[in-house]
Amino acid sequence: MQPFKPVLLEAVGVSDGYTLASYKSRGGYAPLETTLSEKKPADVVEMVKASGLRGRGGAGFSTGLKWTFLPKDHPGPIYLCINADESEPGTFNNRILMEDDPHQVIEGIILSAYATRASTAYLYLRYEYPRSWHRLQAAIDEAYAAGYLGTNIRGSGFSLELYLHRGAAAYICGEETGLIESLEGKRAWPRIKPPFPAIEGLFRKPTVVNNIETMACVAQIARRGVDWFKSIGVPADPANPRDPGSYGPKLYCLSGHVEKPGCYEAPLGITARELIDHFGGGVWKGRRAKAVIPGGISMGLMTESELDTPLDFAGPGKVGCLGLGTAAVVVIDETVSIVDFLHNSCRFFAHESCGQCTPCREGTSWSLRLLERIKAGKGRLKDLDILLEIGSTMGMMPGSTICGLADGAAWPIKNAIKKFRGEFEDTIKRTNPSGWMVTDPVPALPIVGAH
Amino acid sequence: MIAKRSVLTDEMVAKIEALAPRYPNRQALTLPALHIVNAELRHVPLEAVAEIAAILGLAPAEVQDTLSFYQFFYQAKPHGTVRAFVCRSISCALRGGDQLLEHLCHSNGIQPYGTTADGSLTIEPAECLGACDFAPCILANDDLLMNMTPDTATAALKQPRAKAT
Ligand SMILES: Cc1cc2nc3c(=O)[nH]c(=O)nc-3n(C[C@H](O)[C@H](O)[C@H](O)COP(=O)(O)O)c2cc1C
Ligand code: SF4
Ligand code: FES
Repeated sequence: MQPFKPVLLEAVGVSDGYTLASYKSRGGYAPLETTLSEKKPADVVEMVKASGLRGRGGAGFSTGLKWTFLPKDHPGPIYLCINADESEPGTFNNRILMEDDPHQVIEGIILSAYATRASTAYLYLRYEYPRSWHRLQAAIDEAYAAGYLGTNIRGSGFSLELYLHRGAAAYICGEETGLIESLEGKRAWPRIKPPFPAIEGLFRKPTVVNNIETMACVAQIARRGVDWFKSIGVPADPANPRDPGSYGPKLYCLSGHVEKPGCYEAPLGITARELIDHFGGGVWKGRRAKAVIPGGISMGLMTESELDTPLDFAGPGKVGCLGLGTAAVVVIDETVSIVDFLHNSCRFFAHESCGQCTPCREGTSWSLRLLERIKAGKGRLKDLDILLEIGSTMGMMPGSTICGLADGAAWPIKNAIKKFRGEFEDTIKRTNPSGWMVTDPVPALPIVGAH
Repeated sequence: MIAKRSVLTDEMVAKIEALAPRYPNRQALTLPALHIVNAELRHVPLEAVAEIAAILGLAPAEVQDTLSFYQFFYQAKPHGTVRAFVCRSISCALRGGDQLLEHLCHSNGIQPYGTTADGSLTIEPAECLGACDFAPCILANDDLLMNMTPDTATAALKQPRAKAT
């Protein structure tokens, strides 16, 4: 591992690190003042583009490039939405940033609003983060009082209002157009794209949606420069013209069966094994890992033999996972039944599907019922093929759904059954010795609730 | 418009109106308004839905549509003075989250989403609370209860707690 000192997490463990005074003493807000007095918005877009920063919310899309999709010379308003819905199981890096260093986030927001010419920014915060809510509101109040927010920021002529908006416990509000609908006061049904939010987003105006950690990265790029950012991580693969590289520091959330769960900052590209051993103190109780989630439950599973996979944007895909996602690494030890894992995953997605697309609503609900049946000792080998069929037919990739939730629901199913089929078959045969070979239709189980 | 209201107090209406300048239309006030009412009443009865709709210039069905989507706001009766969200998602489940939920429901004599007879406690299964570093965990009003065991959780939920904000 390259030697590395945390930057995004520099305030963690600093007493009063969340205050304006502490942030300024670490060099904060000085880059903002310089930017507002010396640079044009287009220069900031160029800087972020040149840094190679890719969004930290899950999809890994180039942040600077996304900003250039906004219409030129639009009369406004243009909106900036900050996505702090953070609900992907295993993920808590945004929480740490908002609680321990809210001003870093706010400086990034002001810089990003300047770049995108937004004069109003909404920070959409999941309901389950009351502490973040209070810390952010206090920091926003401080920033207004110091003239970093509001009208004519530090005499620059640039004005920005930043508002907190609270969700109500629904995962789908993290999907960017679900977030927009929710903010507008409607049910959080994702929109069909195009039009993308950059053209028609919040209140039907051009809108940029970015993640909290992305904002923190923007603040650090402004402070430390493009070269610093590009010196960290994994450069673009010259053999693959479509790989833009994975630059910068990344917050990895480590949880599950490790000795020391936590949020750790490392260069993009650290392997899952390094993360578990170096930061996590190894798999707990001296056990072995059976499987590891590489980036939130939607990304699927890696096996123990795949743990040397680098966790950059391209890595997890090479072992059949959906992607890096939120870089939330969850370790599952050898004592856990993979059937129980998949049941937990299917229960989550059945609960969180917004119900708008039939393949997702029915697919997530039926996959849960199949897993309940297997757990109840009534599974049949045929169920595994049905599960795989559900997994391969729902999602944006097969083109059957509006948003990516269904792909995230499908991936754990596909990975678990393909990588651990033997264990599923053994469990089914052991728990249903007289019926595992049955292929006739069976009665349905009770209906599950959903959002 | 001066309408007679039976549920929303003048104070709640003032809080909602104070947020109005933040948004270019009034429908965007729906979720903030629901939260303001819910923070006081611990539920949002149908009459409140109609009253919110009236002050926002919406049809009651529009507000009810949004409310019902989230399955967050109780409607028929209030949730307990403490609302405990017990995480059941993967990182907590790996460290005993499901057993914790079962224990708390059993020892309090209620089903998930149920409220104790004295109205002091509601227990709800929750999806990932974003505190997997402290799994298994519970969000009780505004307090995050970390690294819980059945015993520590039972004790922690007996403590008095400020209402959720
Ligand atoms: C089902 C679903 C849930 C999502 N949840 C979140 C989330 O909680 N936070 C987030 O930042 N992005 C989430 N995303 C990704 C957003 O749609 C969007 O890509 C992201 O906020 C863009 O920000 P970024 O470019 O800074 O990463 C989710 C996507 C999907 C399909
Ligand atoms: S894929 Fe699922 S969550 Fe996404 S819009 Fe369709 S039904 Fe809703
Ligand atoms: S899984 Fe319980 S807090 Fe994340």
